[in-house]
Order: sequence, then C-alpha cells, then structure tokens
Amino acid sequence: MPENLLTIADKSFNSRLIVGSGKYLTNDLMVQALEASGAEMVTVAVRRVNLADRSTGSLLDYIDTSRYFLLPNTAGCYSANDAVRAARLGREAGLSNWVKLEVIGDEKTLFPDNEALVEATRILVKEGFVVLPYTNDDPITCRKLEDEGAAAVMPLGAPIGSGLGIQNPNNIQIIKAASNVPVIVDAGVGTASDAAIAMELGLDGVLMNTGIAGADNPVEMAEAMKLSVKAGRLAYLAGRIPRKMYATASSPIDGIVGS
Amino acid sequence: MNIVLNGETYKTDGPLTIGGLLFHLDIDRRRVAVEHNMNVIKKSNYDSTIVNSGDAIEVVNFIGGG
Repeated sequence: MPENLLTIADKSFNSRLIVGSGKYLTNDLMVQALEASGAEMVTVAVRRVNLADRSTGSLLDYIDTSRYFLLPNTAGCYSANDAVRAARLGREAGLSNWVKLEVIGDEKTLFPDNEALVEATRILVKEGFVVLPYTNDDPITCRKLEDEGAAAVMPLGAPIGSGLGIQNPNNIQIIKAASNVPVIVDAGVGTASDAAIAMELGLDGVLMNTGIAGADNPVEMAEAMKLSVKAGRLAYLAGRIPRKMYATASSPIDGIVGS
Repeated sequence: MNIVLNGETYKTDGPLTIGGLLFHLDIDRRRVAVEHNMNVIKKSNYDSTIVNSGDAIEVVNFIGGG
C-alpha cells in the first residue's frame, strides 16, 4: 500500500524505522541487528581515518550499500560551519546528498543549538542537500526548519541515548499537525513500546541507535523495534477508541443468566 | 615537506597529488573523502590536486554512528 511507504524528498522506504550503526560491540553484531530491524536507511558518522591503526577496516566493508541507504550524520559538530563541513565530506564519501544534520549545543544533554541548526539547514539546502535535521521537540524551530527547506524534521523524543521514551507527546503531535514534511522521532527510544507510542501519535517514522545497540540482545531488540513500529503505525491508521473515564461493557447486557 | 594530516604534522616527500598521498598511505580512495585546505576535493580531482608544504589535509571515512 503506497500510504504505508515513508517518502522523504524523492525516495520512498518500506520501513518507517531508521537505525544507527554506532555503539555495537562488533561489526558482525551490527550487521545482524540491521537485518533484524528491517530498516532500509542507516545512519553513519563521518570521522578522520585512523592512520595509526588501519586494522579495523571500513564500515563500508560490512554495510551492503545496495541494500541500505546510508544517511551520514554531522554528530559531534557544535557550530553551523563544522556541520556544513562534515555534511560536504559525508556527501563526497557516500556520494549521496542526504544528511542527518546535527548541530549540538551542549555536551551534557546533546540538545541541538536551534539557531545554528536553522542556519546550517539554510546553507545546505542551498547547496542541494536533502537535509534531515535532528531538532528539539519545539514546534517553532520545526517550522523554521521546514521554511528553510528541510526534507523532514526529526524532533527528539528524549535526550540521545537516554532511553526515556517520548517525553512530550503533546509537542510532538503539535509538530506533526503543523508540518508539511515527514516528522520522525529521533532519539530517546528505550524499548519497543516507546517506538509504538511514537507511531501511534501519527508520526512518519522513528530513528534510533542506542535503544537497539545498547540492549542486552541487540538482534532481538531490533526485531522488537521493527514489529513495534509496524504495530504503532497500524494502530494509528486503524484509529483508536476514545479514552473514557468509566466502563463500557464488551459483552451484551441482554440474556444474562439469572436476570 | 611537512603537511598537517588529520590535525597532526606529517612528513612526506613532495610535492605530490591527493591521489599520490592516498596511495602512499595505502588508503582505498573509494572509501574516503578528502578535504584540502578546508575545501572538499572531488574524487575525480584527486590526481590533479597538488599538496604543497604546509597544506592541511583531512581524510575521513564512515564509522558507526546514530
């Protein structure tokens, strides 16, 4: 069904789950987790080649790029300039013009620097990038990012790696209602129900890394996330019942024995 | 000559091209991106871009990230 595709810019994905490739104990474990997740888009970081130790090889020796679409990030960048530089390098390394844009404002929370994020989005969109910014769960910032040409907005559910789940579902819903581009929750998902809640809110997708890579069994958690994203999406499309204060009987009230 | 390679001083015979430097470092050019004095160099220009003494070179690749 076409409505079940996640479409961002000119690309469509069957999976609404986007996964990171960081924090795995081994590359083999990462490959198995990617497979189990069913994800088609995988984030990667751009870093200096370790010239002293070349034994680990390239990540691209492990990730099959004919199967996974790589989304380079600008993680670790604290200014618009550095993020733009990292995005340009990522484009050359990966030969795609997509970028998960991060401009971090604070080391402890890893919250984005909104002002710099909007500025970097403006620059990169002008250079032809498809920009997916990781942003605060702030509807105004999301609107500015969309106005600058972001191809999607990716509000955090909670701080990166915190596993706290969707901390402000109301803001996330306001963002979704106001956006004309896909809204993807990026960061904060700790377990399957968190991902399902994000999807039940009507969001277009979920991006996670630590929630899978940090689990005791990343491969099983990857599958759990795949199922929960699907379940949450289905539940959203199915239309949940309204919340009510009191009971409504599920069984008919006529014909009860003894009445 | 000395260049600044990934933030460290690096001594090499020169001048040479970006392509020559990558070959010297035994780096597969298909797997990396190169910045030369803050400008990203397209792979098609690796063999025509000259590295001179004092130049700053960044060689990056993809690693796991979220």
